[in-house]
Amino acid sequence: MKVRVYVMLKTGVLDPQGEAVRHALGALGFDGVESVRQGKVIEMELADGTPEARISEMCEKLLANTVIESYRIETY
Amino acid sequence: MKAAVIVFPGSNCDRDMATAFEQAGLDVTMVWHKDSDLPEAVDLVGVPGGFSFGDYLRCGAIAANAPVIGAVKRHAERGGYVLGVCNGFQVLTETGLLPGALLRNAGLQYICRTVGLTVEGESIYTEAYGSGTRIDLPIAHHDGNYYADADTLDRLDGEGRVAFRYTDNPNGSARDVAGILSGNRRVLGMMPHPERASEAAHGNEDGARLFAHLTQALASA
Repeated sequence: MKVRVYVMLKTGVLDPQGEAVRHALGALGFDGVESVRQGKVIEMELADGTPEARISEMCEKLLANTVIESYRIETY
Repeated sequence: MKAAVIVFPGSNCDRDMATAFEQAGLDVTMVWHKDSDLPEAVDLVGVPGGFSFGDYLRCGAIAANAPVIGAVKRHAERGGYVLGVCNGFQVLTETGLLPGALLRNAGLQYICRTVGLTVEGESIYTEAYGSGTRIDLPIAHHDGNYYADADTLDRLDGEGRVAFRYTDNPNGSARDVAGILSGNRRVLGMMPHPERASEAAHGNEDGARLFAHLTQALASA
């Protein structure tokens, strides 16, 4: 099975990289870019039937730092 | 007094830290990250600066799950002393031994220069200076922007657990935090590098006082 984990900084945690990208888009003439948040996508191939709880555990233990980041798991 | 310095792939301040410890009179053993035990009767564990595991995923995240970290946690839970500098601070927050996290610097730049610090919280690490003293130490980091939620910051302030604060915040850290202590004040994480200011040739010996006092205090404890 294929799984994607989306890791984003939590709302309220300043994202200076996203902010720099927003500025750069403005400088390129793209008006109206009100906010940019940058995160990461982690794609994994897991043994079929791996329970979602097990994937959450991977996120909690390593893939995301839940002090600053939230995560979303997508199976596809 | 015995100290251990943990070495991860990508650590680059491990020998500097060991030298600073040795100059202060500590007997130092280097410990590889794959070891699952610390040498017997270690008083102090140093988690050095560098780029453990290439800073992959998040700074300190992979190191925080290395086999040796279980032993470092047990040492801390027994009331042992742990000093994490720079990447070592990042590793300690990732392990949960210290609260909060270190984000990318607000200005997005890697910063390498000497900064002013005000010494605060009472601990074996800060006694050498005394609260309110202004010192200078070098920083060299890309991800030193300390973040914690407001409740955690209030708790750190209320309990006097901010060990060092920047006099002129270089990286966007919440409340100018440069270093924090654990609840029992025996675990210190700090972004500035005292080991890089610990002998005359460094042009600054403010860091040497920390190691000298730490060693004396451990000997008399």
